[in-house]
Amino acid sequence: MFSFLMAKEECISQRNKTEHSSILRNRKNIPTSLKTSQAPFTSVSKDKISQTAGHSSEDDNQSSNGSSAQLFTRRHGESPVKVLLLLVVGLSFSTRLYKITEPPHVCWDETHFGKMGSYYINRTFFFDVHPPLGKMLIGLAGYMTGYDGTFPFIKPGDKYEQQNYWGMRGFCAVLGSFLPIFAYLIVLELSQSHTAAFITAILLIFDTGCITISQYILLDPILMFFIMAAVLSMVKFNQQRYRPFTASWWFWLVLTGVNLAGAFGVKFVGLFVILLVGLNTIWDLWRLLGDLSLSLVDVAKHFLARVVGLILLPLFLYVTVFAVHFVVLNKSGPGDGFFSSAFQSRLMGNNLYNASMPEYLAYGSTITVKNLRIAGGYLHSHWHLYPEGVGSRQQQVTAYSHKDYNNLWLVHRQDDNNSQSGSPDLVRHGDIIRLEHKETTRNLHSHLHEAPLTKKHFQVTGYGINGTGDTNDLWQLEVCGGRKGDLVKVLRSKVRFLHRATGCVLYSSGKTLPKWGWEQVEVTCSPYLKETPSSQWNIEDHINPKLPNISLSVLKPHFLEILLESHIVMIRGNSGLKPKDNEMNSKPWHWPINYQGLRFSGVNETEYRVYLLGNPVVWWLNLASLGLYLIMVAVASVTIQRGFSLGPKRIEQSQVLMRGGGLLLLGWLLHYAPFYTMGRVLYYHHYFPAMLFSSMLTGITVDILLNSADLILQPPYSDWMQRVGQMVLLLSVLYSFYLFHPLSYGMTGPLAHEPGSAMAGLKWMDSWEF
Amino acid sequence: MSAMLQLPLVVTAQVDLVLVLVSLLALWTRLSRLSYPNAVVFDEVYYGQFVSLYMKRVFFIDDSGPPLGHMILALGAYLGGFDGNFVWNRIGAEYPSSVSVWSLRVLPALCGALCVPLVYLLTLELRFSHLSALGAAVLLLLENSLIVQSRFMLLESVLIFLVLLAFFSYLRFHNAPTSSWFRYVWLLLSGVSCAAAIGVKYMGLFSYLLLLGVAFLHTWNLVGDQSVSHLNVCVQCVCRVVCLLVVPVLLYVFWFYLHLSLLNRSGPHDQLMSSAFQASLQGGLSRITQGQPLEVAYGSQVTLRSSASQLIPCWLHSHKANYPVRYENGRGSSHQQQVTCYPFKDVNNWWIIKHPGRQELVVDTPPRPVRHGDVIQLVHGMTSRFLNSHDVAAPMSPHAQEVSGYVDFNVSMPAQNLWKVDISNREAESEVWKTILSEVRLVHVNTSAVLKLSGVSLPEWGFRQLEVVAEKLFKAHGSSLGWNVEEHRYGTSQEPKEREAELHSPTHIDVDRKISFWAKFLELQWKMLAVKQEESEHKYSSAPLEWITMETNIAYWLHATTNAQIHLIGNPVSWGVANLSLLAYQLLAAVYMLRRRRGFKDLPDAVWDQFVCLGCVCVGGWVVNFVPFLLMEKTLFLYHYLPALCYLYLLSPALLEHTHTHLLSSVTHRCALCVCVSAVLLSVFVSYRTFCPLTYGSPELSANQLRGLRWRDTWDILYRRR
Repeated sequence: MFSFLMAKEECISQRNKTEHSSILRNRKNIPTSLKTSQAPFTSVSKDKISQTAGHSSEDDNQSSNGSSAQLFTRRHGESPVKVLLLLVVGLSFSTRLYKITEPPHVCWDETHFGKMGSYYINRTFFFDVHPPLGKMLIGLAGYMTGYDGTFPFIKPGDKYEQQNYWGMRGFCAVLGSFLPIFAYLIVLELSQSHTAAFITAILLIFDTGCITISQYILLDPILMFFIMAAVLSMVKFNQQRYRPFTASWWFWLVLTGVNLAGAFGVKFVGLFVILLVGLNTIWDLWRLLGDLSLSLVDVAKHFLARVVGLILLPLFLYVTVFAVHFVVLNKSGPGDGFFSSAFQSRLMGNNLYNASMPEYLAYGSTITVKNLRIAGGYLHSHWHLYPEGVGSRQQQVTAYSHKDYNNLWLVHRQDDNNSQSGSPDLVRHGDIIRLEHKETTRNLHSHLHEAPLTKKHFQVTGYGINGTGDTNDLWQLEVCGGRKGDLVKVLRSKVRFLHRATGCVLYSSGKTLPKWGWEQVEVTCSPYLKETPSSQWNIEDHINPKLPNISLSVLKPHFLEILLESHIVMIRGNSGLKPKDNEMNSKPWHWPINYQGLRFSGVNETEYRVYLLGNPVVWWLNLASLGLYLIMVAVASVTIQRGFSLGPKRIEQSQVLMRGGGLLLLGWLLHYAPFYTMGRVLYYHHYFPAMLFSSMLTGITVDILLNSADLILQPPYSDWMQRVGQMVLLLSVLYSFYLFHPLSYGMTGPLAHEPGSAMAGLKWMDSWEF
Repeated sequence: MSAMLQLPLVVTAQVDLVLVLVSLLALWTRLSRLSYPNAVVFDEVYYGQFVSLYMKRVFFIDDSGPPLGHMILALGAYLGGFDGNFVWNRIGAEYPSSVSVWSLRVLPALCGALCVPLVYLLTLELRFSHLSALGAAVLLLLENSLIVQSRFMLLESVLIFLVLLAFFSYLRFHNAPTSSWFRYVWLLLSGVSCAAAIGVKYMGLFSYLLLLGVAFLHTWNLVGDQSVSHLNVCVQCVCRVVCLLVVPVLLYVFWFYLHLSLLNRSGPHDQLMSSAFQASLQGGLSRITQGQPLEVAYGSQVTLRSSASQLIPCWLHSHKANYPVRYENGRGSSHQQQVTCYPFKDVNNWWIIKHPGRQELVVDTPPRPVRHGDVIQLVHGMTSRFLNSHDVAAPMSPHAQEVSGYVDFNVSMPAQNLWKVDISNREAESEVWKTILSEVRLVHVNTSAVLKLSGVSLPEWGFRQLEVVAEKLFKAHGSSLGWNVEEHRYGTSQEPKEREAELHSPTHIDVDRKISFWAKFLELQWKMLAVKQEESEHKYSSAPLEWITMETNIAYWLHATTNAQIHLIGNPVSWGVANLSLLAYQLLAAVYMLRRRRGFKDLPDAVWDQFVCLGCVCVGGWVVNFVPFLLMEKTLFLYHYLPALCYLYLLSPALLEHTHTHLLSSVTHRCALCVCVSAVLLSVFVSYRTFCPLTYGSPELSANQLRGLRWRDTWDILYRRR
C-alpha cells in the first residue's frame, strides 16, 4: 500500500516536471522520494534533487533553501535514511508489543471498553458518553481474533482465564505503534530534517506513558492514531499546494477527511484536531484568496473541494458509523432507560418492543411517566425526604433515567381512592387527577416553596399517607393540542400536569441534584406555562388488568431523530461526569509537569503493578523545549521585524520554527487549553494527544538549537558540539527508559520507597504512587 | 530675564460646551435624590457587610473580587462618618438616620456620571467627530440600567469607569506626538486604571488583556519602524513594559497591602486562614497564642491542627468513647478509644508530648526541645490514652490503618504508640519543632504509615466528627498529612487531676511572632481564588445568552407598602441599537476584508486603520467582557453584561458616522440616514422617560401602568395586591 502510493506520487511528479517544470518549486518533494528508495526509483530521485535545487535558486523567496539544505543530515545519502525509518518502525512495534498479554487480568478502564466491545459482539444496546467507532473497532478486533464476547469485565483485577483477550490489546498496541512513525513523518515534512524527526520518534518510542497507554483495551490509542494520521495527511496535503486537483492532492485531502471522521468517531476530543485542520484550511484558503493570479472561480473550486473533502465526507462517514452502531445493537440492554420511549421500541427484548398494553389511560391504572425532554427521566420518588433547608421536609420527587419499580404511579380520581369494579373509566383531557406513588403511597404534591435548584420554580414532593393528602395533590391533566373530552393515548399523547392550587406545570429542569438526592434529576413545578419538552410527559408503561391489551404499532423514529437524540444524551452524560467529593481529581496544570500518574493495575506489594506515568526525562524535556521554543521564536521574529540581515541558513531555520513549529504549538494548545474550561472530571491520560504535539515540537526545537551551535563556536567545533548534544540526548532518553521501564512492563515486589524495590530511588516526586 | 517675560500675559482656554453640558446632565441623572430610597437595595446588603467590617477594621475574606472595590465603598462610608453599626441583613431594611446614605452611594454614582464625558472623549480619541461623540454620550446618558447600577452602593459603575479611563488614556498616549514626554503620563495613568479595574473586579482583567494586546501591536509596529534608532526603540519598549506591566502588578499587590493593613482584627473568617495568619490578627487566635513558647519540648501540652486545605479547620481529638466492635457493614474494629478530628475548640483537643524512655509529663528546666526525626509518644490530656495505630482497617476508609487511643484488652494486640516527627518545611536537618510555624508529619514507627485526615465524617457513633487514619506514605500526599501546633504551653503538673485543671486554664507567656506581608498576600490571594461558593441559583439569575435580548430583569427594591419599585431594566431601544451595530460592524468588516484580499481597496489606508482600531477596541471589548461568562459556572446576573454593553454604545455612533461618510454617496441617502438617526434618538429618549419610574423608584405607578411596562413576558415586575 505504502510503496504503491509513493509510486503513484512519483509518476505525478514526473509528469509535472515535464509539463510545467516551473511549478515544481516545491523542493519538499525530496524527502518523499528519498523514503521511497525501497521502490526502484533511485535514479529518478537523484535526478530530481539536482533539478529541484536548480529551481529553488530561481525562486526568489525560497532562494536560500537550496544552499542551506545541504547542511542537513538528509544529504548524507539514502541508505542511512531508510535505516532510520526502519529502525523507528522496528523499535516502535517491539516496545509496544512486548509483554502485551501481561497482566492477565482486567486493567483500569478495560472494564468499560472491553465490556462495550463485548456488547457489540452480543449485539446488546448500551449507553456510553463517547461515540461508537472506537468500541466498534475493539469489538471487531476481538471478534476477528476469536473472542466470543462472554467475559463480563465486571471490575479491574478480574482474571481473563481462557478468554482470547490478546487480540483486542494487540489491536490497540498496533495502532499505538504507528504514533512514533507518524510523528517521524510529520516532523520530517515540517522541518525537512531527519535529525529532528528521529529525535521526536525516539522521545515517543521510549516514553513509558505512551507505551502503557497503547498496551491496553482503551480508546486512547485508537483516538491518537486517527489524530496523528489526520495531521500527517494534512501536512502532506499542504505540500501538494502547487499541484492542485492532481490525484495525490485529492488523495491526501480525502485521507485527511477520513481520519478526521475517525478521530471524532472515537471520542469528542477529536473535535480539537478538527479545529486544527479547520484553522489550517482557513489559512490556506485565505492565502488562495489573496493570490490574484487565481480567478474567483478557481478560489470557489478550492473552497468547494475542501467543503466536500473536509466537511461532507467526514460527516457522511461519521453518520455511517452511527448507522452501523444502531443496526448492530438491536437487543435491549443496560442503556435503554437513557432514551425516549420511541427509541426503546426499536430494541428487541425491551418491554416496548412490539408492546401490547391498554390503549387509553384509565383510572386505577399503574403507569410510568417519562419526561419528553431528550434524555429526560421517569417521574420517580423514594422513601427519602428533602433535607433540612430545602423547601419543606417532605418526600423527594425526582426524575430518574433507569427503569425501577419506584417509577410506578397509580392514577386516581380527585375524590375516591378505591378502584371501582367493572370496566374502569377512561381519563380525559381536562380531568382532575391524583397520582399516587405505588411504593410509598404518597401523592404527587406541590406547594409555594422554592424548588431545590431552580429557585424560580416551586418544589414538588410526595405527601400524604395511603393516598390521603390535601388539595395540593390535585393535578389537571392536559393533552397537548387536545380538546375537552379527548382520551389520553399511551405513548403517543404528550401530556402536561397542571397543578390546581398554584397553576404551575410539572417540569423537569435537567439539573442534577446533590448527593442527598442521589444525583437524580430535579423535578419542579414551573409557573411559566410555555409548552416545552421539559414540561411535557408521556405515559410509557400502562398496566390495567381490567382493560384489553392492544398491540401498539408505535411510530418507529426516523434515523436522524435517533442520531440527534443519542448525541444529546451523550453530551448530557459527558457534562454530568462531575468530580465526586473525596475523589482525587487531576488538574490540567498537573499534566505537563508529570505530577501524578494513573494506577492501571495493582496496589499492594504482592500484586502485579502497572502505573501510567510518562518518562520524566522526556516530559520535562518537552516542558523545557516549550519555553525554549517561545524564546527562540521571539528572538527570531524581533530580528526579522527589526530588519537585521540574516544568513540563508538562519532564515531557513526561522521559517521552520515559525511555520512548522507554529502549527505544532497550535496543535498542542488546542489539545490542552480547552481542558481548563471543562467542568467534567479530568484524568491524566487526557493529556496524551497534546503530549504528542509537544514531543514533535521538541524534536524541531532541539534540532534547530543544536544546529545553531555555530553561533558561538567555529565550524569544526560547532559540528562536534552538535553531535555531542545529539548523543547526550539519545543516551539520556535511553537510560531513563531503562530506569523507568518497569512502570510499563509491570513490577512486583516492594514499593518504591522501600530499599529493596526495583524502583528504589526513582520516586523523584512525592506525588508519584508506585 | 525680562526678555523671557512677554507681555501681555494671555490665557486662552477652549471649553467644549457640549462636553460640559453632557457632564452636567450625567451628574444630574446619577446624583439627584441619591438618598432615596432610604433602604437597603439589592446587593447593598452584600457589600454593606464588608463596609461595616472595614469600619470596624475586622478581617474578612470575600471570594467575589479583590479588595479595592470594597475599599472604595468603605471610603465613601468613612467620609460620611459611618461607624459600621448597622446590620445588613435583608433587602428593603430602612437605614437609620445615623447612616449617611448619600455618602455611601456617592462614589459609585460619581464614577457612573463620569463615564458619560469619558465616552465622549474616547470617541474623539478614536478619531471620530464630535457629533459621534455626542451620540455615544447620549446613549450612555439615557441608559436606564446604567443609571440604576450607578445610583446604589454597587461596583459595576466603578469598573466601567476605570476600564474606559484606561482605554482613553492609552489612546491619548498613542495619538500624542512621539516627541512629547508628557504622553508617558497618560500611559502611566492607563496602567494605573488597569490595576484599579482589576482591583475592583476580576472581570477587569479581560479588558486589561485586550489593552495589552492593542499596545503590543502598536509596539510591534514600532519595532518594525526602521526610521527609529535602536536605542529609542529600546527605551520606548522599556517605558511601555514598566507602565503597562510592572506598575499594574505592583499596584495590585498594593491594594492587598492596604487591605491587610486596614484589617488587623480577627473576625468571622479567621478560621479559613492558617494559624500563622490568624496569629497576626489582633484578638482571636493571637490573644490565645500571644506569648506561647516557640519551641515544642518534651512535656509540652499542645493542640494539633490539621493543615488540610479544606475550609473547615479541625484539631486532633479524642474522647471517652470506643470504636464500635462491629460496624454497620459487618467489619470488625479494635474497639479501642476513638481518635478523630474535631472542628471546634475543645479541652479534648489537648495532647501531651512524651519522651518514650521517660515517665515524666512535665517540661524539664531547661526544656529539651523536640527536633526533626525524634521519636515521641502522644498522650491524650484528658483520658491519658496513648495515640496508637495498628494493622486494623479504619472505620470509613478501609484501605488505611485505624488510629486509636490505646486500650489494653489483653487480646495480644500490643501497643504501637511510637511516632517519628517529620518536619516537612524544615530548613535544617536538626530543626526544632516550632509552634504554629512548623508543619509536621507524624510517621508511625512500626508501620511507617502517616497520620492523616481522611476527609470523611464518621457516622452517629463517632458524633459526626472527621475520621483520622494512618496511611502508607506512598499513597498519601498533599496537605492532609500535615499538622501544626496551634496552642501550646509547657506542662508543669505531674498529677492527672492538676493536669486537667491546667488544661482547662488559658495559656499565657510572651513572645511576638509575625509573618511577612508576602506570605499573607499569597495566602489570602490563594484562598480567594480557591474558595468555591456553594452552587446555588438566585431567583433573578440569568444565563449570558439571555442578556443580549434582555430576557430578564432584576427587581432591586420594592417599597414596603406601595407599588414604588426599582428594577434593573435597560433601555430597550438603545439595547436594540447596540445589537444592530454589533451585527452591522461584523458584516461590514467581513465584506471589507474579503474585498481587500482580492485587491479592491474600498477605503483609504487611514480610514481602514481607523475602522480596524474601532473594531479592536469596541467589538474586542464586547467580546472579552461577554464571552468569558459563557464559560463560567457561577451564578450570573444581568448587571454582568453592562461593561460589554458600554463598548457597544461606543461602537454605534462611530459606525453610523462611518456609514454616513464612506458608504452613502448621494445627498438623499445621507438625509434619510439623518432623519432615521433623529427618530431613533427620539425614541431612545421616549423609552428612557417611560422606564424612569422603575429606574428612580418614583413616582409610584398603579398596577395597570406597571402591567403596561411589562414589555416582555419574561420580565418579572411586582404588583402589590390591594
